[in-house]
Amino acid sequence: MIIETLIGFTFVAALLTLLVPDEVANRVGAALSLVPLVGTLWMWTQFDGSGNALTGGTLSFETQFDLLTLSGYQVQWFTGVDGISLPLVVLTAFLTTLAIVSAWTPIDDRQSQFYGLMLLMEANLLGMFTALDFFVWFVFWEATLVPMYFLIGVWGGPRRKYAAIKFFVYTNVASLLMFVGFVALTFGGLGDSIDTLALPEVAMALNAGGNVSSFMGLAPGTLKLVAFIAMFVGFAVKVPVAPLHTWLPDAHVEAPTPASVMLAGVLLKMGTYAMLRFNFTMLPDIASDLAIVIAALGAFSVIYGAILALAQEDLKRIVAYSSVSSMGYVLLGLVAYTEFGVAGATFQMIAHGLISGLMFMAVGVIYNTTHTRMVGDMSGLADRMPVTVGIFVAGAFGYMGLPLMAGFAGEYFIFVGSFHSTVIPSAPLFTAAAMFGIVIVAGYLLLAMQRTLFGPFELDADYEVGPAPFHDVAPLAVLLLAVIALGVAPDLFFDMILNAIAPLVGGGA
Amino acid sequence: MVTAPPLTPTFLLGLTALAVLLYDSVWPDSSDASVLTGISVIGSLASLGAAGWFLTAGTGLATDGVSLYADAVVVDGMSLFFTALFAAVTILVSLASFDYFAGKDNQGELFGLMLLAATGMSLMASANSLATAFVALELVSLPSYALVAFLKNDRGSSEAGLKYFLIGALSSAIFVFGVSLIYGATGSLLLPDVAAAFESGLGDRVGIAGVGVLMVAGGVAFKAAAVPFHFWAPEAYEGAPAPVSAFLSSASKAAGFALAFRVFVVGFPLGPAANAGIDWALLFQVLAVATMVLGNFAAATQENVKRMLAYSSIGHAGYVLIGLAALSAGASTNGDVMGAAMAHLFVYGFMNTGAFLFVALAENWGVGRRFEDYNGLGAEKPFAAVAMTAFLFSLAGVPPLGGFFSKLFLFAGAVEAGLWWLVVIAVINSSLSLFYYSRVVRALWFEEGDHDLGAAPTALYAALAIALIGTVLLLPGFGPVIETAQEAATALFA
Repeated sequence: MIIETLIGFTFVAALLTLLVPDEVANRVGAALSLVPLVGTLWMWTQFDGSGNALTGGTLSFETQFDLLTLSGYQVQWFTGVDGISLPLVVLTAFLTTLAIVSAWTPIDDRQSQFYGLMLLMEANLLGMFTALDFFVWFVFWEATLVPMYFLIGVWGGPRRKYAAIKFFVYTNVASLLMFVGFVALTFGGLGDSIDTLALPEVAMALNAGGNVSSFMGLAPGTLKLVAFIAMFVGFAVKVPVAPLHTWLPDAHVEAPTPASVMLAGVLLKMGTYAMLRFNFTMLPDIASDLAIVIAALGAFSVIYGAILALAQEDLKRIVAYSSVSSMGYVLLGLVAYTEFGVAGATFQMIAHGLISGLMFMAVGVIYNTTHTRMVGDMSGLADRMPVTVGIFVAGAFGYMGLPLMAGFAGEYFIFVGSFHSTVIPSAPLFTAAAMFGIVIVAGYLLLAMQRTLFGPFELDADYEVGPAPFHDVAPLAVLLLAVIALGVAPDLFFDMILNAIAPLVGGGA
Repeated sequence: MVTAPPLTPTFLLGLTALAVLLYDSVWPDSSDASVLTGISVIGSLASLGAAGWFLTAGTGLATDGVSLYADAVVVDGMSLFFTALFAAVTILVSLASFDYFAGKDNQGELFGLMLLAATGMSLMASANSLATAFVALELVSLPSYALVAFLKNDRGSSEAGLKYFLIGALSSAIFVFGVSLIYGATGSLLLPDVAAAFESGLGDRVGIAGVGVLMVAGGVAFKAAAVPFHFWAPEAYEGAPAPVSAFLSSASKAAGFALAFRVFVVGFPLGPAANAGIDWALLFQVLAVATMVLGNFAAATQENVKRMLAYSSIGHAGYVLIGLAALSAGASTNGDVMGAAMAHLFVYGFMNTGAFLFVALAENWGVGRRFEDYNGLGAEKPFAAVAMTAFLFSLAGVPPLGGFFSKLFLFAGAVEAGLWWLVVIAVINSSLSLFYYSRVVRALWFEEGDHDLGAAPTALYAALAIALIGTVLLLPGFGPVIETAQEAATALFA
C-alpha cells in the first residue's frame, strides 16, 4: 500500500498547499514534497522485484483490486513497480522537491496555487509510473497535462497563453491517437481472449501470438501495424521525436523554470517510458519490422535537435532543443532491442532527467540574477556568480557525456547496445550518425558558455549582479552530486533496470 | 407496515410544487424567497432520497418494475434513475434561483413552475402509454415556456420565450400527429400493445407506422435539443435567466431522452420494426452524427459563453443519441450502451448545470457574457473559477473527471456494438470541444481582468459546490452509477 499512500498523500498535500497563504506556500510545498521523496527512496532500498512487470516478473509493492466493469472488461486498481518504473518514480519525487525549491526565487505571484499544482502534477506522475491497469494509467497520464497547462499558462513568459494551448492541444490529440490505437488493438483485436485491460495481461496475450483477430476490416497483422503506429506517434509527440517536436521549444521557453525542469526532467520521459511499455514490450515484432524507420527517426532527432540548438541565441532554447537531441538517443537505444540498448535507454531517461533538470535550473538561476537569457546580452558571468557558473559548466560537460557522469554512462550503454543491434539494418551506421551528434552538442554548449560565462564581465543593466542566494544554488549542487553519483556508480539503478529488461530481449535475468 | 406507492418520488415533486403555490397564495407579497427555496430543496431532496432508496434498497423496482393505472405508467429502474437526476438538478437550480432572482417579483410562481416541470419530467420517464407521454411532455413544456420568459421586462428573455414557444408548439403538434398515426396503425396507445402490433406484423399499415415513428422521433428531438429540432436551444438558453437555462439544458434534455429510450425500445421493438423497413437505429445514427458535428462546430465559433454552452449542449445530445443509435435487435450490448448513455446524462446533469450556474453567478455579479468578460475571474474568485474549470474539463472529457468516464463507457459500448465509425466521429468532436471549453479556462486564469465584484452569493456558491462534488466524486463513485444505469437499461430489453 506504500504506493497508494504516497499518491494519496501527495494529492492531499496539493490541496493543503492550495489553501495556505501565499507567504508560506513555498516552505509548506517543499516540506510536504519531502514525504514522497523519502517514501520513494525507502521503496528503492526495499525493492525486491525481479523481471519485467509486463512479462510475468515479480512486482514490488503490488496492489490489485477490482473497480468496475467496462464492456465486459474488468477495470482494476493495479499498481506496482519493477526495475524500469522504480527509477522513474524516484526521479519524479527527487526532481519535484528540487524544482519546488528552485521556484522560491522566480515565483512571486499566486504562490499557493503554483506549489499546489506542482504537487498535483507529482501525484499524477507517481500514479502514471506505477499504474499497471490501462485505464488507471490513462487517467493519470492525461491528468498530468492539466497542472502543466496551468503552470505554463499562468506563470509563463510573454507568449505563455499560446505556448500553453499549443502544449495542451498537441499532447492531448496525441494521447487520443494512442488511446484509439490501444483500444482498437485490445477491444477489437484481442476481444474475448483477455478479461481485463491490465497491461501485463494484454502484453502476455499479445506476445503469446495468434490471439489477435481482424477488426474494422483490417487483418490481424495490419491491425497490429496500425495500432503500433497510432501509439508510436502518440508517444512520439510527448518525447518529442522530430518532426513532432514543435510544441517543445515554445512550452519550454515560456514555462517558468521549475515547470521546465519538470517538463524536461520527467514529462518527456512519459513518452519513452510508455513506448517501452506499449510499443516495444507488447508489439516487439512490429517494432523490428519498422526498426529502420524508428532508428532513422532517432538518429534524425539527435542530429536535427543538435543543429537547431546550435542556431539558438536563447540559453533556454538551447537546452530545450538539446533535449530533443538527447531523447533521440533514448529512441535509438529502445529500437536496438539489445539488452544494453534498451537498458541504456532507460538509464538515459534518468540521466537526462537529472542533467536537463540541472541545466534548466542553472539557466533559471542566471536569469533570476541577470534578467536575460540571450547569449549576446552578457559575458563574463563567472566573475560574478562563480558557484552557479561552476555548476553550469559541470552540468554542460555532463550533457556532452564526460566520463564519470550519468550522461556518459547512459550514452555509452546505448551506443554499445545499438552498435550490436541485430534488429536495425546496418546498425553501426546509425550508431555512428548518432554519435556524431555529441560533437555538435559539445560545439554549441562550449560556444554558448564561452560567450556568456567567460571573458570580461559585461551586462547592460542598472542592477547589481551578484552570487545567487543559497536556496537557488543548493538544488543545483544536489543535482550535480546525483549526476556524478550515477556516473560513478550506475549500478545504483542499472542493475535493476537490466534485470527488468532481460526478459524482453531474451537474455537471462 | 405501510408500503409507499411506487410513484412516491414523482408525487413528492408534485406535492412540493403545490406546497410552494400554497405558500405563495397565503403570503403573496413575500419578497424573501428563503422559505420557497427551502420548500423546493427539501421536497426535491425527499424525492431524490425516495428514488435512490427505491433503486438501491432491494424493493425489486429497479429490476422488475411495476405498471400502474391500467399500464399507463410504469415505475422501473430507468424511471427512478431519471427521477433521481431531475430531483438533483432541481435542487441545484432552486438553490441558484434564491440568489439569482433575489428581489424579483413572482418568485412563488417561479419555484412552482420549476417543480411542476420536474414533476412532468419524472412522469415522462415513467410514461408507458403515448397518451401519458404527451400529457407529461406538455407538463414539462408549458412551465418551461413561462420560465424562459420569466424576466418579462427583459427583451432577451421574452424573445427567447416566444421562440421557444413557437417551435415547441410546432413540435408538440408533430409529436401528437405521430402518436395518432401510431394509434391508427396499431390500434393502441399503450407501449406494450404497440410493440405487440409491431411484432405480429403491420401489414399494409407499415407506411403509416413509419411516418408515425419518424414524427415521434421529431417530438423527442425537440425536447432533447437534437437536430433537426435544435434551433430553439441557443436562442432559449441565451435569453433565458441562467438558472432556467441550466434546468432546461440538463433536466429537460434528459427527460426527452428518457421518453425516447422507453418509447423506442419498448414501443417500437427494433427487430420487427427494422424488418418492416422502419430502422430507427439508422435514423438515430444519422441524427447523432448531425447533432454532434453541428453542436460542436457551432460552439467553436461563438463569442458568448452562454451561447457556447448552448451549442455544446446540442453536441452532448449527439453523444447521448449514440445510446439509441448503437442498438441492434437482440444484441447483448444493448443494455450496456444505453446504460452508458443514461450515465452520461447523469454526469451531464451535474457538470452542465454547474457550468450554467457559473454563468448565473457571473450575471449576478454583473460581468458580461462574452469570453473576454470572464478575464481574470480566477484570481478574484478562485473557488468559483476552480469549479467552472472542473465543469468545463469534465464536459470536454478530460480525465479524471466524471465526463471522461461516462464518455468512455458510452464510446466503449458503441465500439462493442460494432459502430466504431460513429465513435471515431464522436472522438474527433470530443477533442475539438476541448478547444472551445479551454477558451473559457484561458480567460478565467491566464488573462488579466479588472472587475468590481460583489460578495459571493451563498446559495449559488452552495449549488456550485454540490455540482462540483458531483462532478469530481464520480471518480470513485462512478461504479455504482454506471452499474445502476446499465442494470436499468438491460431490464428494458428483457
